[in-house]
Amino acid sequence: MQKSADMRWQKVTVALPYIWLLLFFLAPFLIVFQISFSDPVIGLPPFTPTVDDNGNWLATLDNYRFLLTDKLYGLSYLKSLMTAATATVFCLLLGFPMAYAIARAGPGLRNLFLLLIILPFWISFLLRVYAWMGLMNTYGVINNLLLWAGLIDQPLQLMYTDLAVYIGLVYSYLPFMILPVYATLERLDNDLVDAAMDLGANPWRAFRDITWPLARPGVIAGCLLVFIPAIGEYVIPYLLGGPESLMIGRVLFDEFFVNRDWPLASAVAIVLLLLLVVPIMFLQRQSADDEVTQ
Amino acid sequence: MNRRQPVFLFSVLAFGYAFLYVPLISVMVYSFNDSRLATVWGGFSTRWYGELLHNEEVLEAAWLSLRIAAVSATLATVFGTMIALALVRFGRFRGRTLLSGMVTSPLVMPEVITGLSLLLLFVSLQKFLGWPAQRGFGTITIAHTTFALAYVTVIVQSRLKAMDISLEEAAMDLGCRPLRIVFDITLPLIAPAMIAGWLLAFTLSLDDLVIASFVSGPGGSTLPMLIFSKVKLGVTPDINALATLIIVLVTAGVALAWWFGRRGSTQS
Repeated sequence: MQKSADMRWQKVTVALPYIWLLLFFLAPFLIVFQISFSDPVIGLPPFTPTVDDNGNWLATLDNYRFLLTDKLYGLSYLKSLMTAATATVFCLLLGFPMAYAIARAGPGLRNLFLLLIILPFWISFLLRVYAWMGLMNTYGVINNLLLWAGLIDQPLQLMYTDLAVYIGLVYSYLPFMILPVYATLERLDNDLVDAAMDLGANPWRAFRDITWPLARPGVIAGCLLVFIPAIGEYVIPYLLGGPESLMIGRVLFDEFFVNRDWPLASAVAIVLLLLLVVPIMFLQRQSADDEVTQ
Repeated sequence: MNRRQPVFLFSVLAFGYAFLYVPLISVMVYSFNDSRLATVWGGFSTRWYGELLHNEEVLEAAWLSLRIAAVSATLATVFGTMIALALVRFGRFRGRTLLSGMVTSPLVMPEVITGLSLLLLFVSLQKFLGWPAQRGFGTITIAHTTFALAYVTVIVQSRLKAMDISLEEAAMDLGCRPLRIVFDITLPLIAPAMIAGWLLAFTLSLDDLVIASFVSGPGGSTLPMLIFSKVKLGVTPDINALATLIIVLVTAGVALAWWFGRRGSTQS
């Protein structure tokens, strides 16, 4: 009898969150998938049903056809991938040495350093992007400083450029790079590096043959954690980027809210998901590998 | 070791921290700027703080955001802990793969897709069931719970895995009922992870702009939505003041948590 009470309790523990996720996570995706095969109409809701009252099939591939033929969408997907990749490279270039330095610091200092990396993460994302607007404006802090120092005669155009988008992305996602890289470097046995050097390896060789291969799982995880969310980013390109920086997150947002074309926005979302499947699978395999090695 | 290496590492570290903190410090300095023009220094003043505290719109949005964050963080902690228990302690059960897939996907899902899909769900539900009649507090809370519970699950799960299972086994051997083991042993031991998860869920909810913009309706403006509508038009002094307040509050909170954590770890 006690056994059955136990089983009932376990069933509830599984079932309750299960139902929640089925309803609020899985069902919404099926709806997006379905609506991506509808036609837009003026009305509420602004799309046609995919099946009519008599059970006839009304689904259409028009939205996907449109995505393929109109250059804007292809270019936006490409632009998003390129921008995310560039931001990931810069995150790695700045994040790896920082993680390395933190891992080499003394234990007390190390915790303080880590805290200082995580702290900005707890401050509103939107306000951190906003802070850069104040720095990079035509008469913002950076331009004022450069003008005052006499290094430039005219303010530089910093805002509304690709550079501004890169800075915003690196700034927002840097902790996601540093933390996993730090986690692998911290576990790294420094004796290995010392041994290599004793055997005559120069520091570069010791780094290339020992530190880098051992840190690679953290580097891959960090790169994916930056790259994946950066592709769909909306706020940073909207606030810091120029009108030509049409990243796909912004295209989806505008298609939905400005053009009110819900079926097309859904198709944009489905294609974006398909693009993300490969890096996401990679990330999940990576974390599964991590569990095995631990 | 190589003598040049520490110098290089130190300069990268210094540059990195400057990169992270100069923008925040700049916002804080300019929040005390008397001038309405954000770019000209017009002398020291605290007038923007006064205006902020009398701005009904801002206070209302902040109150809505705090309520949503508290409720969704609590729900996410309950569900996230349940899922973590199921995944770590229940062994194999039917649908386990689907559950672990559904719970980790929101971690990497672009916000625009999560927002779009939930809105479409709410619209369909409204059409067929008449619920939710209007979008706002309820719909945003549901959306935030759904994506935050993934983070709570990950945190609690790693704590459960690291935990010594022999305590639970000992209680079981002594004839303790399974449900009592959970409440008397497991939950107290994973409480720190649950608190950390709750705080993260709370912060994520307060932070979210994109998902809330999708699933909110007229009149349901959260604080980030209000800030975004102002910031779109450029730098404004009252947002500088608001940002400063948030930075100071968060820093104080994190510093306190760190201090208590350090005291706790030196005592034990």
